[in-house]
Amino acid sequence: MSALRELYQQVILDHNRNPKNFREMADATGKIEGYNPLCGDHYTVFVRLEGDRIADISFTGAGCAISKASASVMSSVLRGKTREEAELVFREFQGLVTGTQASAEEIERLGKLAAFAGVSEFPARVKCASLPWHTLHAALNGNSKPITTE
Amino acid sequence: MQSTTVQHGKPVTSDRELLERFEAIRGCRHHFPLLRQRVNGKPLVYFDNAATSQKPQVVIDATLRYYEEENSNIHRGVHYLSERATQAYEGVRVKVQHLLNAAHQREIIFVRGTTEGINLVAYSYGRSSVGAGDEVLISGMEHHSNIVPWQILCAEKGAKLRVIPINDRGEIELGEYEKLLTPRTKIVALVHVSNALGTINPVKTMVAMAHAHGIPVLLDGAQAVPHMNVDVRELECDFYTFSAHKAFGPTGVGVLYGVTKLLDAMPPYQAGGDMIKSVTFEKTIYNDLPYKFEAGTPNIGGGIGMGAAIDYINEIDLASVAAFEHELLDYATRGAEEIPGLKIIGTAREKAAVLSFVIDGIHPHDIGTILDDEGIAIRTGHHCAQPVMQRFGVPATARASFAFYNTKEEIDVFLAALLRVREVLA
Repeated sequence: MSALRELYQQVILDHNRNPKNFREMADATGKIEGYNPLCGDHYTVFVRLEGDRIADISFTGAGCAISKASASVMSSVLRGKTREEAELVFREFQGLVTGTQASAEEIERLGKLAAFAGVSEFPARVKCASLPWHTLHAALNGNSKPITTE
Repeated sequence: MQSTTVQHGKPVTSDRELLERFEAIRGCRHHFPLLRQRVNGKPLVYFDNAATSQKPQVVIDATLRYYEEENSNIHRGVHYLSERATQAYEGVRVKVQHLLNAAHQREIIFVRGTTEGINLVAYSYGRSSVGAGDEVLISGMEHHSNIVPWQILCAEKGAKLRVIPINDRGEIELGEYEKLLTPRTKIVALVHVSNALGTINPVKTMVAMAHAHGIPVLLDGAQAVPHMNVDVRELECDFYTFSAHKAFGPTGVGVLYGVTKLLDAMPPYQAGGDMIKSVTFEKTIYNDLPYKFEAGTPNIGGGIGMGAAIDYINEIDLASVAAFEHELLDYATRGAEEIPGLKIIGTAREKAAVLSFVIDGIHPHDIGTILDDEGIAIRTGHHCAQPVMQRFGVPATARASFAFYNTKEEIDVFLAALLRVREVLA
């Protein structure tokens, strides 16, 4: 049970039930679809950049608890960050969920995102946690084609 | 207990006889060494049989023995080992012929699996018989492997892929099917038992309906062969294909059955060694059936394992297996219907032991992870049948699929775990 509780932490369950920034965005400067063909998770991530700064992030779509919570936490953590800062968090988050980043300091720095540390024990679920991030990453890099995890 | 009639197999006569057979089936579980393991500290409950079945010790032993004692290339050596391997491998063809009740050995073609069987027909029969403006007819519950090869063929030839609609229970609409059989229809390709819904299609009737229009029929038997008796001459189908690995045999080997008349007229699928009679740089004469369709060194070890699997299923008697699994399905269905918010996807009146479902507000992936924590293996996702998911308006389902070695006690564990899913996610 402990690994499962590590995965489905309260932070994740709360964000799954009441996701933050779960809405469309009319004045988005970037909008991109992310799709996991294996499980059918399907999100659209909206972003509004002001200069180099992320002024707003939102998302719509459907998927499992892990992917939805990940999109929700991502949207609240990255708002107000510069693109460069966001890229750094993206890389750290990737390290966290794939289990390649172990240092307590780094995990500490991730704040709310640290709730996703348990994902690394579930290799089949890493893609669920990463999907919204890869989608945002593509949007920030000016892509517009839908991205998939496969 | 009420007497059970088995539609797809020998009728079981008395309750007592049935009970005895069920007892014998229950005794088979220990033949499967993998089932003894624990997962996440719990006894493994393997409910992913529609993806692949587990293998009995006799299949594992036969494969091992082949590599330890007989390994050699077939159809080409004059030496002792080659002769022995050839005899063993060709012996499997006879076993498959009897399993399917095919008229001739030459109608049994060894392939990698169901997917290759369908691709062979789409490539060889399809490219020589389907032209611009023609139609290929499939159903709305096909696996991707019985959709995409036909799509490619149709795109290449300027032909059209038509789809027979299915109803809310997940059954083929026979009236619509009849309307779709036209002079332009060049082949009908149908799943015998749906992997995503469990529906057992009325394939004998559907073959007859197509034949009334002179249209040949391919049946995808991947989910049927492990669970019921299949008699290709009774069904009168033109092609039938299945994979060994879903029928207690190894991966990477399977069978395409085809009637001689059609196979003879078809061009080769792949070219190479074994499929030729003579080769010069000017001209090649193709080999006779079935070798015309078997280029290159085949999966000999896998074939030998498939032979052992066929011996095994002949011994356990598929007619009793079908009745036994039906009881498991009924038991699981009744239990699942009690779970708050659970909806079963696929409620056909004729159904194999597949329980596909969704739970209100919970993604199948989360169900799969939580069940795995209890040692329960189910499949979650679209089951390589995205159009079926679209038909039922769900992105994915969770699927428990049973085999004869599963037990009611395992179903109890599964149902208790389903009740816990909402707790964990609360």
